[in-house]
Amino acid sequence: MTDRAPTDWRTDAMRRRIVRRYGAERRFRMFGLGAIILSAGFLAFLIVTMVMQGAAGFTETRVSLPIDFAAAELTVTPEQLRGDRGNLALAGAGLEGVVDGAAGAAFAQQGGAELLSDGAWLRVRDTLKANPGMLRGRTAIDVPVATDIDVAYKGDGTPEAEQVVAALGDRLSRGLNRDFFGNADATDPTRVGIWGALKGSLLTMFVTLILAFPIGVLSALYLEEYAPKNRWTDLIEVSINNLAAVPSIIFGLLGLAVFLGTFGLPRSAPIVGGLTLALMTMPVIVIAGRNAIKAVPPSIRDAALGIGASPVQVVFHHVLPLALPGILTGTIIGMARALGETAPLLMIGMRAFIAAPPEGLTDPATVLPVQIFLWSDEVARGFVEKTSAAIIVLLVFLLAMNGVAIYLRNRFETRW
Amino acid sequence: MTQKITAHDVNVFYGEKQAIRQVSIDIDQEDVTAFIGPSGCGKSTFLRTLNRMNDTVASARVEGDIRLDGEDIYSKDMDVVQLRARVGMVFQKPNPFPKSIYENVAYGPRIHGLASGKSEMDAIVEQSLTRAGLWAEVKDRLSDSGTALSGGQQQRLCIARAIAVDPEVILMDEPCSALDPIATARIEELIHDLRGRYAIVIVTHNMQQAARVSQKTAFFHLGELVEYGDTNDIFTNPREPRTTDYITGRYG
Repeated sequence: MTDRAPTDWRTDAMRRRIVRRYGAERRFRMFGLGAIILSAGFLAFLIVTMVMQGAAGFTETRVSLPIDFAAAELTVTPEQLRGDRGNLALAGAGLEGVVDGAAGAAFAQQGGAELLSDGAWLRVRDTLKANPGMLRGRTAIDVPVATDIDVAYKGDGTPEAEQVVAALGDRLSRGLNRDFFGNADATDPTRVGIWGALKGSLLTMFVTLILAFPIGVLSALYLEEYAPKNRWTDLIEVSINNLAAVPSIIFGLLGLAVFLGTFGLPRSAPIVGGLTLALMTMPVIVIAGRNAIKAVPPSIRDAALGIGASPVQVVFHHVLPLALPGILTGTIIGMARALGETAPLLMIGMRAFIAAPPEGLTDPATVLPVQIFLWSDEVARGFVEKTSAAIIVLLVFLLAMNGVAIYLRNRFETRW
Repeated sequence: MTQKITAHDVNVFYGEKQAIRQVSIDIDQEDVTAFIGPSGCGKSTFLRTLNRMNDTVASARVEGDIRLDGEDIYSKDMDVVQLRARVGMVFQKPNPFPKSIYENVAYGPRIHGLASGKSEMDAIVEQSLTRAGLWAEVKDRLSDSGTALSGGQQQRLCIARAIAVDPEVILMDEPCSALDPIATARIEELIHDLRGRYAIVIVTHNMQQAARVSQKTAFFHLGELVEYGDTNDIFTNPREPRTTDYITGRYG
């Protein structure tokens, strides 16, 4: 065998190789940077569009409506206005008719009562309850306008509505739509609110969390720390992994068949939605939990066992606290997926039109993504901005959830 | 000499593979016993049978008779959790809990209910850290994380943690293999100081270390106990040719 000649590191071929290598490095970095910029751009585009369209959804257009209560002769005394009985008293006294009459008188050219939102008289009612003294005189109250005027004032209306807006001039004003945060679904877009869906989502997520988290974590702990490794546990592992990949609508059908069909639970209820989503979230938590538990170094288990800790003490004093940040991350990913889930909830009837926020776990309710889906399907123009506004609420909810998760993870994180 | 642990005809299997063959050995109460031998000879495996740490390996199977003060440690009546408190263990890589120094030491006494009250616990922690030769270095920062200590300090913390549950035997599985020479010397001094109070069994790769710290030495090879006797005899006058070969550095 002949000896190798000493390598010459200064030939042209070597130099070209170096140039090519630098080029490859530079290209790779550019591609990476390009990918990041592209995805950041898409994200920014999404957020900007949503905020621009949705911001209007949080506001309402009001018109100043002059009413002469003294002339209207409402048979109500200021004392009767207190509390819920006041609502009944004013409705019974025909306040709605008074408001319609006032609108007819003030805006005869612009369509009279048609100009106002269906909920305008409710605003008058609440104003009266706050200032009983108004009953005895003339006053002007800002009330919400009908949806076509509202849309036109915000700059996207029909030509007829645009004319009305021009005629009314500075009698129109804009303000924060408080009803949006207090109401549930409605047929009139100026009266819809997100609170019903938000509360439905909160209740549903609550059920999902208290079911899926403990069951998921305990399953993960048992499978990792206790279960013997045999064919049965392999089968369970494969099943859980498959379960995590099952399309969500299948879980909806399962929930329909089992919870509604077999157990006879109420339709559209957060408890059924929560149970269904818990089925979907649990495998995600089990998988994330097992990975987090696997990542706890075996030397910690040895150390605890070596001074006579029982297996349960090893798990709860050492393994679980160290795995908790990872488990929480997995849980939040699962919960975020559940929060955004629409399909399985359609199956169990959560797409119904529900005009009152749910009072409990068994009341009919809807959830944010389903509400968005329903509003996006509406014909009336006013729903476009409401849809975007609801999306913003959903995204803020998601961000808040992630924020809590990051906070918890940092709190439980152990420095090594 | 009282015999703390007696093992008779011990076989250990990992699945089909036999890791320990017919080992019989008596461990003295008063002495430090060293297990030496080339890598994979089974000395660590045998050490782990003495406090049943092999139970955690699903495929491991132990045959034979091992007694601690005459009690069969593999009998049904033996509580394995209490056994591991009585036979403490220090591992190859320092493995303090990611908790405070105080908590590291106090954890064992707490789960076994050895202290009734804060002051008693404080006393146990101080005594254990003192015996492990660490008290002077850490007494002002007991609430710092145990993992923030240097490697040698961590290993002494692990020894303090084992001492804190008041064991009868301490098993050490190559306790210095991850440490520098100065930290190693500290641990060896410590083993010297602890001798007599606890029966100590130490597995080591380092023959000089065995010669320095132990009174009895057992030489393992391919899962068999080749020779067992006074450390002086093993190193100066081995009976078996395989021992001679290992000690003179012909293999290992």
